[in-house]
Amino acid sequence: MFSPDLVDALGGSDALAKRRRAAAERAAAAGQPSFTEEVWRYTPIDDLDTSQYRFESPGGSAGPAGLVAGVDDDAAAVIRITNGAVTDVAVRADGVSVTTLDDGADDLVGVVAPEGPDVFGDWNLALSAAPIAVSIEPKAVVAAPVVVHVHTDVDGLAWFPRLVVVAGRMSQATVIEHHTGGDAPALICPLTELSVGDGAHLGHVTVQELGNAAWQIANLCSDVGRDANLRIGHVAMGGDYARARIGTDMTGRGGHSEIDAVYFGRGTSTLDFRTFQTHVAPHTTSDLLFKGAVDDYARAVYTGLIRIEADASHVMADQTNRNLKLSPNAWAESVPNLEIENSDVQCSHASSIGPVDADQRFYLESRGVPTDVAEALVVRGFFDEVLDALPSEQISASVRQRIDELVSDADFAAVVR
Amino acid sequence: MSDNAAHTLRIEGLHASAGDQEILQGVDLEVSSGRVHAVMGPNGSGKSTLAHVVMGRPGYEVTAGSVTLDGIDVLGLAPWERAQAGLFLAMQHPTEVPGVSAAQALAEALALRAGDDSPSAEQLERTRGLLEAEAATVGLKAELVARPLNVDMSGGEKKRNETVQLAVLQPRIAILDEIDSGLDIDALRACANRIEALTEAGLGVLAITHFTRVLEYLRPDEVHVIVDGRIVDSGGPELADALEADGYAPYLPEEPDAGVAVSIGGLGSTLGAGTGSSAADDPFADPWADPLDELG
Repeated sequence: MFSPDLVDALGGSDALAKRRRAAAERAAAAGQPSFTEEVWRYTPIDDLDTSQYRFESPGGSAGPAGLVAGVDDDAAAVIRITNGAVTDVAVRADGVSVTTLDDGADDLVGVVAPEGPDVFGDWNLALSAAPIAVSIEPKAVVAAPVVVHVHTDVDGLAWFPRLVVVAGRMSQATVIEHHTGGDAPALICPLTELSVGDGAHLGHVTVQELGNAAWQIANLCSDVGRDANLRIGHVAMGGDYARARIGTDMTGRGGHSEIDAVYFGRGTSTLDFRTFQTHVAPHTTSDLLFKGAVDDYARAVYTGLIRIEADASHVMADQTNRNLKLSPNAWAESVPNLEIENSDVQCSHASSIGPVDADQRFYLESRGVPTDVAEALVVRGFFDEVLDALPSEQISASVRQRIDELVSDADFAAVVR
Repeated sequence: MSDNAAHTLRIEGLHASAGDQEILQGVDLEVSSGRVHAVMGPNGSGKSTLAHVVMGRPGYEVTAGSVTLDGIDVLGLAPWERAQAGLFLAMQHPTEVPGVSAAQALAEALALRAGDDSPSAEQLERTRGLLEAEAATVGLKAELVARPLNVDMSGGEKKRNETVQLAVLQPRIAILDEIDSGLDIDALRACANRIEALTEAGLGVLAITHFTRVLEYLRPDEVHVIVDGRIVDSGGPELADALEADGYAPYLPEEPDAGVAVSIGGLGSTLGAGTGSSAADDPFADPWADPLDELG
């Protein structure tokens, strides 16, 4: 994969350098992952050849506004990280501070994930050249979103964006992480850490609209404190292979988390999601709703685990994944799992994969709605509940409009007959 | 289509099967503008299949016979084309369609009828207004018409919602598949009165039902008995009274002759005229005409 010696050229404190070296050695020892390992099942991971990518941090100019258009205007802070380098930081609201390696982000890197959840997470700690930490002061109520634009447009670049968000106790904030890219191949391995302090309310939305030659292997790790509330939204629209591993650790009594994801696979892309709702503390709740469509030759994989640890009594946890197959050549797989070590809990999971519902289509047709319009209405309607649930109304609106455009172009007749 | 034209749905020798089973074994029926026909039969007699086959629900195969609306071959049309031609099916079990409101769906249908590709914001608003006015007429809460179709609605609300959509769409011929099931007596009266008013303005109705209760309000011109996929008896409203008294037993022990043809002439051509405006004369010609106006 990569050489551990690459860490020597990176900035930061001696303490961070030591942790980077340890992470690099762990990752190098783990070697190249293989689809024979359960965590890479159904993925094209064996196609990964890291020698085709160069690890550099050249920086560059801003990417397109895309689905996040207009959100910057009123944002509490706007941060741009392009091709491995921080290119712009603008903080406009009280209660928000942003730090980089120059001014103390070192100490916050690893606050939730001291080690990577997988080999790419370890490579991220080792090789994240420009980590960014966003801190929300305790009790601060930050109404406008903090926007982080992560853009990649250098052919063959490999890089490791790292974002740490620390929401102080009783604070309220929303962070939007926007990933864009050009048409060239690139390997992007982000790791985001969300630390939600006691009583804090944090929203976090990832909007992934990478180019169709990009590989993304992302990790999101979170820790939800006592009586805290974390709402995660994930929108996945692009990439050749785009994986997101999302974990919520419910460590404080009374905490609640929600993960809502929208995905729309087209062309030959593979969208891969792994979720971990881990309940450590009692009286914690979590909800998960992943809804996606696969068109053309696209593939989608969802694997989710609800894990209830022995001390976590009085837990309620739900997990739902629904997939629409819009083309006979599209493919989806859904693997929900439960692992429960405490009997005093309520857990449920559900999943489905299928074409546009023929009864729904017929009902609309029986009112005089043409077949293609009826199908488009059903697909739009399918996404409605999960779009409503995203923790940013602006993102919900722009994704809804994008899906409208995608379904009005699509021709699903072959599958739904 | 000229104003006040009588429209006729003609079903001739209709055979249809689902899977390996032949369910309709030669049905003949004719329904014209302003007329109400009741088709009654025991469970499994093919009543609902008849409704589904005429509207084109997937899962059935027509093996013989024809269905025409004003001479147009209905069986050759997609379900939405049948609806655009003037047919409507009020479903026994209306399907839940998450995320799609009645206003959205009907605005699409009405825009197409008006010759537009997709509804304008103004057309969507007008459709919503029509739905809300109709909802009030049948005692459906106005906010329910803005909700996703049939989602989280009671059985009675769904049936009222079917009636609301029927009234807004103003089809030429409506098939009501057990419109009375799941309705309490007040809701039944409200829905049936609304449909009866529409028949006075020219709507032709084919009402499929188990029970005679709904017929007290819909007041059919003709009653047909369907058994084993065939119409085995036809008569006036008194036939429904006989069924109420005796049930279907008289028809069940032995097979009567198949395929009794029923022919009802094109009455109703002058019904519904008289409010003066051309939109009211042919509501189907102006999809956004206020149906309440037509009733005067």
